[in-house]
Amino acid sequence: MIDVLIIGGGVVGCGVARELSRYNLNIALLEKTDDISNGQSKANTAIIHGGYDAHPGTLKAKFNVLGNQMMDEVCEELDVPHKRNTSLVVSFDAEGHDKLVELKKQGEVNGVPKLSIIGQDELRKREPNIGSTAYEALLVETGGIVCPYELTQAFAENAAMNGVNFYREAEVIAVEKQEGGWKVTSTAGTFTAKAVVNCAGLYSDEINNMVSEDKFTIVPRRGEYYIVDKKFGDTFHASIFQLPTKMGKGILVTPTVDRTVLIGPTAEDIDDKMDTQTTAEGLAKVLKYASLTWEHIPMRNFITTFSGLRAHCNRDDFILGEAPDAPMFFNAGGVESPGLTSSPAIAKYLAEMVADKLNATKKEDFNPIRKGIPKFREMTDEQRAKAISINPDYAKIVCRCETVTEAEIREAIHRPVGARTVDGIKRRTRAGMGRCQAGFCTPKTLEILSEELHISPLEVTKFGGNSKYLEGYLFEKGDSENA
Amino acid sequence: MRNIDVLIIGGGPAGLAAAISAYEAGCRNILILEREENLGGILKQCIHNGFGLHTFKEELTGPEYAQRYIDKVLEYGIPTQCDTMVIDVTPDKIVTAVSRGAGLEHFQAKSIILAMGCRERPRGSLGTPGWRCAGIYTAGTAQKFVNLKGIMPGKRVVILGSGDIGLIMARRMTFMGAKVLACVELMSFSAGLKRNIVQCLDDYDIPLLLNHTVVDIAGREHLEGVTVAEVDSKTLKPIPGTEQYYECDTLLLSVGLIPENELTTMAGVKISPATNGAEVDESLQTSVEGIFSCGNVLHVHDLVDFVSEESAKAGENAYKYVQGKLPENEETLEVINGFGVSGAVPQHISKKLGEPITIMFRPRGVYKDARVCIDVGDAQVAAKKSRILTPGEMVTLKFDPEYLQKNTNADKITVRVEVQQ
Amino acid sequence: MMKKEITCIGCPMGCRITAELDGDKIISIEGYTCNIGKKYAQEELTVPTRMVTALIKVEGTHQPLSVKTSRPIEKSKIFDCLKEISQHTVVRPIHIGEVIIKNVCGTSVDIVATKELI
Repeated sequence: MIDVLIIGGGVVGCGVARELSRYNLNIALLEKTDDISNGQSKANTAIIHGGYDAHPGTLKAKFNVLGNQMMDEVCEELDVPHKRNTSLVVSFDAEGHDKLVELKKQGEVNGVPKLSIIGQDELRKREPNIGSTAYEALLVETGGIVCPYELTQAFAENAAMNGVNFYREAEVIAVEKQEGGWKVTSTAGTFTAKAVVNCAGLYSDEINNMVSEDKFTIVPRRGEYYIVDKKFGDTFHASIFQLPTKMGKGILVTPTVDRTVLIGPTAEDIDDKMDTQTTAEGLAKVLKYASLTWEHIPMRNFITTFSGLRAHCNRDDFILGEAPDAPMFFNAGGVESPGLTSSPAIAKYLAEMVADKLNATKKEDFNPIRKGIPKFREMTDEQRAKAISINPDYAKIVCRCETVTEAEIREAIHRPVGARTVDGIKRRTRAGMGRCQAGFCTPKTLEILSEELHISPLEVTKFGGNSKYLEGYLFEKGDSENA
Repeated sequence: MRNIDVLIIGGGPAGLAAAISAYEAGCRNILILEREENLGGILKQCIHNGFGLHTFKEELTGPEYAQRYIDKVLEYGIPTQCDTMVIDVTPDKIVTAVSRGAGLEHFQAKSIILAMGCRERPRGSLGTPGWRCAGIYTAGTAQKFVNLKGIMPGKRVVILGSGDIGLIMARRMTFMGAKVLACVELMSFSAGLKRNIVQCLDDYDIPLLLNHTVVDIAGREHLEGVTVAEVDSKTLKPIPGTEQYYECDTLLLSVGLIPENELTTMAGVKISPATNGAEVDESLQTSVEGIFSCGNVLHVHDLVDFVSEESAKAGENAYKYVQGKLPENEETLEVINGFGVSGAVPQHISKKLGEPITIMFRPRGVYKDARVCIDVGDAQVAAKKSRILTPGEMVTLKFDPEYLQKNTNADKITVRVEVQQ
Repeated sequence: MMKKEITCIGCPMGCRITAELDGDKIISIEGYTCNIGKKYAQEELTVPTRMVTALIKVEGTHQPLSVKTSRPIEKSKIFDCLKEISQHTVVRPIHIGEVIIKNVCGTSVDIVATKELI
């Protein structure tokens, strides 16, 4: 029997895994899909939220603010790109003033520091490219941006380095009470654990409802986005919000840590928890609303579009802690926005709770430091020459748009909880995320995966399952046939 | 740091022709840097016919055309370095490149020829709604898989875009046993050669759907089908109610080529929004002295023969520059794109132009029985009749120095289409 | 008597040319607007021919060799020609212009290599 079984390999699950790995515990994490970071964690706005938006007294408010405070240290320890570029909540007419004041007050009650309302002059000085009808804004100095899937990857690698076992393609089918703990049946085998932590995001309701009568429901809330070319990365400095509506935080226009610009999301409740399609209506809506902030959206410079599904809970707040009727079953349920920002705080909170219940002792040799894959594109020429002399694979550039070398791609496969698919490589290295959208690097990436995983190139997939790239060889290899 | 007189970035047809021309002009310090493992550029995968009619008076396949130039480069002993990616070019003409063989290298070039070619426009840039499944390729990437790697991407194909690459792949996929269901084209005309429409689509009963586009992509993990709808020919917006579903496992995109000008921008060279390539004068020199540009990275060509011709000029002029023999262009006239004209190259012509040059441009639409006119200032100086002008076929125009004499006070040159009506 | 219609590929005009044929003899022909068109139509409407470019198996690798017909062959023979090509394997080294298959499908046309393979 293991000590703790974590269900779900998103930013929360991997964060919990990392925090729990500080203790002398035998820990396993089960991820349903082919890779970690496959749900909300890879498809969101990548914002470190200030914390003014959530209602005071909610867990969303509390953990947003705590998580925001922890981000610098966590990103430092785990070598995750992030930036405190500030947020601006913009109103586009004088009538918005009261709402901005209300948000400021709400933020202050939640414990958000450094909030102020700025007028036209300051707004346009900070953001010369903002739309002409922008009137006033709430300046949130603690706002920032972070790479959500690199944070997830970093949590996972650090957890693995500190002893956590990760299982992918491990969908949990049943959780049942048994003597001394829980029996968890999954597509990767059956596990028994003293404690279970439910970080299953969109499916956290289904997992919880297997064991607890205190049921809740998750409704997938879809958000669609555009990504704009890096050429326009300096258009805005802060993350520009629009005054929130009752469906959510409104359409953002924000720079990313990769210097692209993200526009979105919409908010549409749907039925299918796997429906990550983009729609003509949704995409049109993104552009329509965003054009208030960015009047000249460069329509011929989109890199791609995507959609993400938020795990919206019918209780409209996070559900954190031990289930009232299921001892040793812990929930991180309904973690939608501001889940990314809250993740370090949620992870710490739950890990401490679980460790305490298990009377766990702290490890003496826990190593909190994780270094990311050294990025050729960020090196000086001297560093590059050095890297090449140690590893000649740094001399071969595979992704020309993002300047990603073969060394980084191979490393991404070899790391703990490493890449096994093209999308896995994409998220860990940025290869394929540039303006040609993997048109150039795909043949080489397929070859490298095939080599490193010892599979035929025909078996390589985009993201597991049926997402194979190639149909078959033109001819069978080398067999001479008599005509 | 190595010193190179003419440093050529790109070993495809443009770079090869430029190198040979620089050599024949007398240069003996040339270097071609090529990022693929072999020279030849995109021609390596263009195994179809249609290259060389102008240059060699024979019709060759892409690899054969490339080999002629590669053989010449080898014969002359012009240094080349393959598997080498240039990662930086400064306005002072310092080039940084990276390769397994030589690690990180810096070169100080006296002149640079930018010959990097193009990339293809991806689905992401179109923003086509639907799933982000496997099975969607740009036509060129699919061409690489089939013609160079010997791997089929799929069995049932829909092609979006009727440019020549899409048409060629329609035939190639059919030859290799796939079923090509349709070629879908947004506009009311195809930008590809008529010959390709007949010999790649008509010959194999592959329907060409003009005024149509793909409006949705289905298939959670792997492509299962696409929805095609008719579009309004003026607004190009899909017409509701005209949707048709095509079951397929492969979607090939042939929706535009974009010159790869990242290095160009790093070097501080001015880019023309009309061509997405560098702005050049008649000697193909860019806004940074000693840096030249030619081939698809300057503007997207239809025929490799014109790439070779243009690039030979660039090679010759780069060496002239190195020798100090290229006249400094203090006063130039800007070349304006008038009615019906897109992306005229060169964008600047010297007032002291000494010999005839070629202006190339792409017509904006389909014009029948039209004239292509050149104005110097407000004075029309030349007109050429044409039975048909179409965006799929680049127009070449002679520009004679004597045209400038007809209006010496002119401040610009305009190229325009005049439609008889 | 049969009516046939084709698109001329001589230039971007793409004139539609129609003809009346008796067997493979042209009785009447109209729609062309120049001599190139007339000449093209006469051939295309009676015995259309095509250059064929294809890929052929190479021993010991998945990477194919690109080949072509040494001259245009009858359009009706294209798929037979491709079938015969698909039944061959070549061995390196190969030089451009080397004859891979002589007299493919009895057409008296050869299949030649278009790429250098070492």
